[in-house]
Amino acid sequence: MNTAGPMTPRPVVVRNIHIESDDVVTLDLATESEAWSFQPGQFNMLYAFGVGEVPVSMSGDPSQTDRLVHTIRSVGAVTEALCRTPLGGVVGLRGPFGTPWPMDTVRGRDLVVVAGGLGLAPLRPVLYDVLRYRSDYGRISLLAGARTPEDLLFKREVERWKQQAAIDVHLSVDRAPAGWNGQVGVVTSLLSSIDISAQTVAFVCGPEVMMRFTVRELQRRRVPAERIYLSMERNMKCAVGFCGHCQLGPSFVCKDGPIFRYEQLKSLFWLPEI
Amino acid sequence: MQGTKRQPDHILNVEGLAQLLRALRADAYRLVGPTVRDGAIVHAEIRGIDDLPAGWTETQEAGTYRLVPRGDGALFGFSTAAQSYKQVFFVPRLRLLKLRRKDSSFTVEHDAPVTSRLALIGARSCDLHAIEVQDRTLLTGPFADPDYAARRSDLFIVAVQCGQSGGTCFCASMGTGPRSTAGFDLALTELFEPHRFLVQVGTEAGERVLARLPRALATESERVAAEGVVEQTAQSMGRRMDTTGIKELLYRNLEHPRWDDVAERCLGCTNCTLACPTCFCSTVEDTGDLTGESAERWRRWDSCFTLDHSYLHGGSVRTSTRSRYRQWMTHKLASWIDQFGTSGCVGCGRCITWCPVGIDITEEVAAIRRADGACSGEGGAP
Repeated sequence: MNTAGPMTPRPVVVRNIHIESDDVVTLDLATESEAWSFQPGQFNMLYAFGVGEVPVSMSGDPSQTDRLVHTIRSVGAVTEALCRTPLGGVVGLRGPFGTPWPMDTVRGRDLVVVAGGLGLAPLRPVLYDVLRYRSDYGRISLLAGARTPEDLLFKREVERWKQQAAIDVHLSVDRAPAGWNGQVGVVTSLLSSIDISAQTVAFVCGPEVMMRFTVRELQRRRVPAERIYLSMERNMKCAVGFCGHCQLGPSFVCKDGPIFRYEQLKSLFWLPEI
Repeated sequence: MQGTKRQPDHILNVEGLAQLLRALRADAYRLVGPTVRDGAIVHAEIRGIDDLPAGWTETQEAGTYRLVPRGDGALFGFSTAAQSYKQVFFVPRLRLLKLRRKDSSFTVEHDAPVTSRLALIGARSCDLHAIEVQDRTLLTGPFADPDYAARRSDLFIVAVQCGQSGGTCFCASMGTGPRSTAGFDLALTELFEPHRFLVQVGTEAGERVLARLPRALATESERVAAEGVVEQTAQSMGRRMDTTGIKELLYRNLEHPRWDDVAERCLGCTNCTLACPTCFCSTVEDTGDLTGESAERWRRWDSCFTLDHSYLHGGSVRTSTRSRYRQWMTHKLASWIDQFGTSGCVGCGRCITWCPVGIDITEEVAAIRRADGACSGEGGAP
């Protein structure tokens, strides 16, 4: 650890801004020369000057080392300040932190990626990785849900994946205006439209209630607990195991997670207020 | 302070103890010892033996703490001080950073690290164990807390073997006392008629300081007397906790009706977590000034009993007192073992004493054990 200590953010510049929807933006963060590396599923603590700091998963391509990409929904003072940072503006960054999606486990197998809402952000690096080394993997399915078609993240990119057919893409929304040709309903209902093999691994990220329904459905489809992985969310103040806020039973989500094998969590996963 | 080395025991009289404190001050140690303040015995900076709580003891019960005169001149004739050493090493409020805007970016400044040498005078076994427990959280990674590490680094520890047990003490149940067996430079046992101290040497640093003091070798009868003092304390613990399989007990009783029962009594005031020598939860506060040019980052103690502790956008995870008490006690006695290889409880009893409604962690565990397996919740796998 450097003398600055693990709680010290460093300045990074907003190099690019993508407006994803009304309240979601993607920021590409970079410094002059630094080469970054991270693994899919990891997160950084992003600091808005004088306002505060929040954990944000990286949503970019792990093979692009000149920037770190974060997709942020404005839900409070800090995320609002981050979303409003202009091109060329500076935010603070600490990281990367946390456990990654277990890409090695999936190699040679089928993968089902289930994303609810903003949950697609920490899963996008998985899809970049899969597309880059496509022949290493079996059948890849993406099941993504959102409140409305407007809220679906990375729309053009997801559409491109669908066209290329390298990934089997299924979309669902809770409410749809006229003209929506996809499914309406919860994302879990998409599971019935895909094949699940004896080798299928599932990566799931979204609101906890959505993950509970997804796990239930995956188990009904005989995906065993040791091949289901979840990205969990808890309050985080430090990201380095000091502050105690992110505890989930014996785990600190910041350092033992955010990615967990469902088997690790199953005794707690169904308990309210744990 | 390093590994323990068994040496012959010595005897210091009261003047010898005074000289020990003077010698430590001469070696540039700041003394932190027990003293009477605000109607309680607290750990604070002291100058010498005149600041020690001569002739005072205390009674502690659930929700009760009272100073009581002993009628003798005992300098360490009490059980536990109101606070542990937590506030000395893991300070309640700490500025982590000062930030300043510079051009379009920002710069970061840190306060100079603390460099003072501290001598803990009269440290009890439970409190020394608590320091080891906090070390595991704040020093052993994957990251280390630089401020804690600095404050913790240059210590001289004069332990005191407990001469009496408080009404809420249960260190004997937790295997953390009352006898200090390691982790000190010198350990004192207070003996009377005449008033003197048997001194055990824990380290070479302790031996070197002791060599500068007027002392005698302890006789066999003095050693036996000192053993008797701590043995008597061990036999008279105010509380007891059956820790047999406690981790599994609590893990399998997360929906026990006792959590509803304790939630009826718990005020969610956070006193137990502040008084606890091992509770480490903190929050990070980022502030800005009116000009928008400078900002600060502070760390301050936090508590899992607050609603904010589990706040995610959209609401808190643990909205009920039931779930927050369960989180605290299950963490302290069960998940701490998975996280750090040790219980988070050292049996000091402060959470019992300082609870305004007298909730007793030993009684809560016993109640769950009595009805092991009872279930009031709706949770559980499908």
